[in-house]
Amino acid sequence: MAKLILNRLSKAFETGGRPAVNDVSLEVRDGGFLALLGPSGCGKTTVLRMIAGFEQPTDGAILLGDRVLADAGEMVAPEHRNMAMVFQSYALWPHMSVADNVGYPLKVRGISGNKKKAKVREALNAVRLEAYADRRPADLSGGQRQRVALARCLVTEPDVVLLDEPLANLDRHLRQEMEETFREFHARSGATMIYVTHDQAEAMALATDVAVMSEGKLLQVASPQEIYARPEGRLVGGLVGQGAILKWPAASAKNRLLDWENLQQLLSSSDSAECADILVRPQDVEISGEGMPATVTSVLFEGERYALKLTLGDEQILRAFSRQPVQVGDKVSIILRSAWRL
Amino acid sequence: MFRSQNRGNSQPRWLFSFVVMVIFFLSVLPLGRLAMTGISSAFDGGARELLSDPAVWQAVYDTLTTSFLGMIAAVILGGGFALLLTLFDVRGKTALGFLFMLPTMIPPQVTALAWIGMTGPSSALLKAIGMAPALGSPQPLYSIGGIALLYGVQNAPLVFLSLRAGLLALPRDGVEAARLSGASSWQVLKDVILPLSLPGFVAGAAIAFVSCVGNFGIPAILGIPASIYTLPTLIYSKFAAFGPGTFGDVSLLSGLIAILSVIGLTVEERVLRGRDYRVIGLSGQVAMFRLGNWRLLGELVLWLLIFIMLVMPLTALIASSLAPAYGVPLTPATATLDAYREVLFKQAITRTAFVNSVFLSLATAVGLLVVTVLTGYYLVRSKSRLAPVLSALAEIPYALPGIVLAVALILVFAAPIPIIGISIYGTIWIILIAYFSSFFAVSLKPVVSAFRQLDPSLEEAARLSGAGFGRRLIDIVVPLVAPAAGASVILVFLIACNELTVSAILWSAGTQTLGVAIYNLDDSGSFNLAAALSVLVVIMVIAMMLVLELMAKKLPKGVVPWRS
Repeated sequence: MAKLILNRLSKAFETGGRPAVNDVSLEVRDGGFLALLGPSGCGKTTVLRMIAGFEQPTDGAILLGDRVLADAGEMVAPEHRNMAMVFQSYALWPHMSVADNVGYPLKVRGISGNKKKAKVREALNAVRLEAYADRRPADLSGGQRQRVALARCLVTEPDVVLLDEPLANLDRHLRQEMEETFREFHARSGATMIYVTHDQAEAMALATDVAVMSEGKLLQVASPQEIYARPEGRLVGGLVGQGAILKWPAASAKNRLLDWENLQQLLSSSDSAECADILVRPQDVEISGEGMPATVTSVLFEGERYALKLTLGDEQILRAFSRQPVQVGDKVSIILRSAWRL
Repeated sequence: MFRSQNRGNSQPRWLFSFVVMVIFFLSVLPLGRLAMTGISSAFDGGARELLSDPAVWQAVYDTLTTSFLGMIAAVILGGGFALLLTLFDVRGKTALGFLFMLPTMIPPQVTALAWIGMTGPSSALLKAIGMAPALGSPQPLYSIGGIALLYGVQNAPLVFLSLRAGLLALPRDGVEAARLSGASSWQVLKDVILPLSLPGFVAGAAIAFVSCVGNFGIPAILGIPASIYTLPTLIYSKFAAFGPGTFGDVSLLSGLIAILSVIGLTVEERVLRGRDYRVIGLSGQVAMFRLGNWRLLGELVLWLLIFIMLVMPLTALIASSLAPAYGVPLTPATATLDAYREVLFKQAITRTAFVNSVFLSLATAVGLLVVTVLTGYYLVRSKSRLAPVLSALAEIPYALPGIVLAVALILVFAAPIPIIGISIYGTIWIILIAYFSSFFAVSLKPVVSAFRQLDPSLEEAARLSGAGFGRRLIDIVVPLVAPAAGASVILVFLIACNELTVSAILWSAGTQTLGVAIYNLDDSGSFNLAAALSVLVVIMVIAMMLVLELMAKKLPKGVVPWRS
């Protein structure tokens, strides 16, 4: 196994318009778990389909180690890439039993008999579906189908496993269970995994690296912790965590991480200074006796706390948490403990 | 390392060439050849001679009158049925719909024979119940009106289907909004439903017209005895009296038919193009109108029409087949199965015809399936701009009347095939090729609908599993489109088995089909044998339609032509 490299990858469809993927360069280390995160239509699925070989890049190249998988001239067909994929629709073959679905990649590779049986059993064991081997996919629930699709990926020890929004069709409870299964699967197989999602919480929870895309371009690649703590630009800042973005006269500040003292200084010293975007996360907004005035515009009870929406004096909107009950329309004072200049 | 330049497409490179070759040989080559011969004979003076022949203009006139009157009859019958069955709360809709669709699947020459058996002085049925007109009185169906009436009966289902598809797509909320605005049932029908279903009416009428123009079975049996010739029967008679100018003449006449058909098809296409606005809003479930006290009357009218259009002619057909000889009255004592014994076991010609038709239909249905699975796969999966063009070219041979195609194939194969030097003219193989060409679109349609419903990720998953094209086709694609493929085989078999127009032009001794055998038996005066053979054909048609009807629930929408 080897590093998966996307080198200045672009894809323009014949229908015209802006390219679906525009100059994306990315390296996924061997055994890494990369989440491709972005709003729908940002090109993340196109990147995944190019890695799988269903689409050919119009520019740039995809390499696995030093082997060129695809460039604008030629490409290795998907059937020769030794990859596996979990599709959003699971793509289980309705006319085959669960065991036949899982065993199909082995059958194609000419593995049969006891060896095949043992491998299928092992794969089904890993997703805890051994009792369902003879059922048809139609008889299974959504989560079980998902696990069959995963077992099909497990069975051949692929170099790269691709997951296309695999949790999009599942309910919330099942999602958590499946996230656990994916983590287990990653640890067990050691395969390089690429996971496409529009859900930042999913990406943060699962991946070792997160790549954020928007309008065909790659905005930032970093570990989940890094992306969370040091997002680059409005788009990434808005996508990751539940923070609010404020305009603040902070363009001249030396540091990007700002505390309440810094923020107050900036506000008072230079009224005419250039504004910059700062990201303020709700847990950093403290409701106290002093500080900036704000008005509560909505309150949502979340069980362990209240989630508030606040409006500042200049109409900017901020999110905050409160342990005490608050009423819509209440005037409060707030302190911003920490902010990040985007 | 395996590399390819197929740009991420799932198809091997040879597939495109294969599809282009198939469509070239089945569609472009014969029709192109026909056009060339037509144009060249138009320039070398043959055209002037042909066009100065008053018989040709009489045939054009008769074709247009019969087709136009037939179209009107079809619109009245089919339109009325579609409105009543789709919009109103009559009972037994499924049965009525199925029975109403039957006439279009019964071969036209059988319809003609059945109706002859029902009317006229020598009708076995009328004699049996003592209502036959006096001997020597004319057979009323041997006339322009008779031909038009049968055209109407035969093609009413086409209007029915077209209008019904439109009515089923009507936005239900539009109807409900009109109701809430205070419109009465009648006003809703007049102001909302009829204007919106007008395209369905016009399109259905246009297809019915094209179908009438190309019909051979009905004018051959009803028109020729009265010396009424339509363009298809004129072509047939030109071939019967073969001469040096025949090829030029028939290609010009086929050209005339093709032009009339293209006009009709263009009207249909134009009208249906504006249909998109219909999908706005909820559709699928039709607003129901209650007939109240009128329901029983409505149902009576519908069943009476079924009785006249279907039950009576078929009873007459059975009566004719049981009559001992032409003109002998049928009573329980004289009824005999001799005719059946004769056609099934004694007559070598009918046995040959059975064997030929079954062979041709099976070979066409199964052979075409192999071609259409590959072609359908290409047409659905390809992102190429050529795909829509190819799919339009594949449709043309079926859209044009069969006689045009038969003439085109004669022109292609009259001379020995270049390179191998074998002539297939006059053999069964030319009929087989004509069937392939003619029914390509019939076979393709169910397969294409199945492919369109197939989630592409099912095949992509197989690709990532390592399966190449052939492997995927066998393991994944074919099993998943199997029900539609089965329907396609039955449908092609059904239509090919009943076909007369193409084989009437292309047959020679030893290669007659069932359609030709029925026509020849009637032509030589063995009416009871023709009737017996027809009864057998009708039984076969009904049996196969029932099989398709039972399969219908498992098939993609639009596969079974009489369901919508």
